[in-house]
Amino acid sequence: MKKLSARRRHPLAAVVVLLFALAVTGGLYAAFAPADKAKADDSAQSLTIEEGKKLYAVGCATCHGTGGQGSTDGPSLVGVGSAAVDFQVSTGRMPAQQPGAQVPKKKRIYSDADIEKLSAYIASLGPGPVTPTKEQYNPEGADIAKGGELFRTNCAQCHNFTGKGGALSNGKYAPPLDDVDPKQIYEAMQTGPQNMPSFPDTTMPTKEKQDIIAYLGEVNNSDKTSTPGGMELGGLGPVTEGLFGWIFGLGALIVVTIWVAARTAKAKKS
Amino acid sequence: MSTQDIPEEENLPAEQGAKDSGEVAVPADPFADPGVPPHELRIQDIDDKAARHSERVVATLFTVSMLATVGFIASFAALSVDKIIYVFPLGHVSALNFALGLCLAVALFSIGAGAVHWARTLMSDHEIVQERHPIEATPEARAQVFKDWQDGVADSSFGRRKLARNTLFGALALVPLSGIVLLRDLGPMPEDKLRHTKWAKGKRLMNQNTMQPLRPEDIPVGSLTFAMPEGMSEHDHDFQNQIAKAALMIVRIKPEDIKDKRSLDWSHHGIVAYSKICTHVGCPISLYEQQTHHVLCPCHQSTFDLADGGRVIFGPAGHALPQLEISVNAQGYLEAKGDFAEPVGPAFWERG
Repeated sequence: MKKLSARRRHPLAAVVVLLFALAVTGGLYAAFAPADKAKADDSAQSLTIEEGKKLYAVGCATCHGTGGQGSTDGPSLVGVGSAAVDFQVSTGRMPAQQPGAQVPKKKRIYSDADIEKLSAYIASLGPGPVTPTKEQYNPEGADIAKGGELFRTNCAQCHNFTGKGGALSNGKYAPPLDDVDPKQIYEAMQTGPQNMPSFPDTTMPTKEKQDIIAYLGEVNNSDKTSTPGGMELGGLGPVTEGLFGWIFGLGALIVVTIWVAARTAKAKKS
Repeated sequence: MSTQDIPEEENLPAEQGAKDSGEVAVPADPFADPGVPPHELRIQDIDDKAARHSERVVATLFTVSMLATVGFIASFAALSVDKIIYVFPLGHVSALNFALGLCLAVALFSIGAGAVHWARTLMSDHEIVQERHPIEATPEARAQVFKDWQDGVADSSFGRRKLARNTLFGALALVPLSGIVLLRDLGPMPEDKLRHTKWAKGKRLMNQNTMQPLRPEDIPVGSLTFAMPEGMSEHDHDFQNQIAKAALMIVRIKPEDIKDKRSLDWSHHGIVAYSKICTHVGCPISLYEQQTHHVLCPCHQSTFDLADGGRVIFGPAGHALPQLEISVNAQGYLEAKGDFAEPVGPAFWERG
């Protein structure tokens, strides 16, 4: 303090004080006037929301209600976040074809631009998980072995050790994860679509999600994955292997047995 | 057919021959042994050219086997263990495994096929009848055996020396006791290990992914988290034994959706912690459906309702899923209020 007060008569002191005052004034303005600024800057954003609302009214409102509040046919979309919209619409699950135990994956009908508009509208209804960026879901450089460990702890109980899927109760099922887009895997973990529980960043950080995506890319990618042991027979474990053994293994043995015991060709037809 | 045609065979009932019954005549013994059909010659038996051809086929098969064995050794030496090739129905497989398996299969199959072809076409195929003989011994042999046995009994004075006989019985009766006493070394009994886990009052719930203590705000509705007790490490010598009992799954359910009063009391604002071990035969269960709050066991389809105190709603499980009572400590971390109130996992004899 002593040093500072000693320099108060320095020729540059006035300049320093002036700069400080300007910075404080500017900072205070920025702190107290963000609302106007946002309005001014986000006109494009609000336009997207407006267009998303129109798309929503045509494609979604029948089940989810005119304001996203939900109805007897569909859950409320308030607070589901843009990640959930992106997952459901980009995998073709939404709009749903018919009610049932589970809405299946099918051909997507909305373009990327439309999905972005819908996401923006739903996100404006309440805070929720945000569509991940490429840095978040890109599995490059992730730890595949660690991902395998995490997958077996958190996912394999329903989706099978290599993501081949499996049955649940009353017609529900965990879908196979063959060739699923990294972004969609990330969104599914983040939002927990349908009956899948969610694995939020608080219990499974982004780094671990990347490890899991990298593991799936290694073991469940039709172009890349190799099965050094031979035919994987669906990757379902002993059930298909047993069935294969019973039908083809025993079948071959029966054919050989019949050949061994068959009558040999005789010189004279009898 | 007249009755005279019936041959006088001793195994036919006598009434069959009755001439005055007027019944329809029965044909000659319907169960008569047709005997061996006449031997037929094979082409190879009469045509030397065909026989030589068969020999060449057999020799070719054995040669194929030799080549396959050479191929096995060659591919073992030549192929690298991590070379992956695409084989049509199999997909991307290891070249080494594929070559070794194929060569060994061909080598073994060719030996077998060659041997069978040899036996079928070239070796003698004359039918040979092996007669059975009666099982019963001759009366003389039987009489001799009985006599020898009685002589032996008399010579041993087994019936007369009662002291020797009875002490022998005693000795034979006591000998198996040695084996029974050794059974005492089995064990020790599990004592109360089946009733207790590593969970105890004040132990924090550690996230199994990050090994960090969990806070209630980390766990939103609809999420699924796995936890283990504070102070456990994967490097502990008994880690597997302990985690097999202590494994915990944590879900958050809206408090108004929880139907069971005790379950709600043991939760923290709807965060419920249940044992991950099925009460049927102890499979790990965590097939959690977040909309129905049901947990399904993949082994035998037992289904538990986590919104209703872990009640069994389907399947063979006999007990509700044990719930761990949790609360929040002064630092804001989730902690256990004690051990599970009942033994986790499958029922056992002394559980009652």
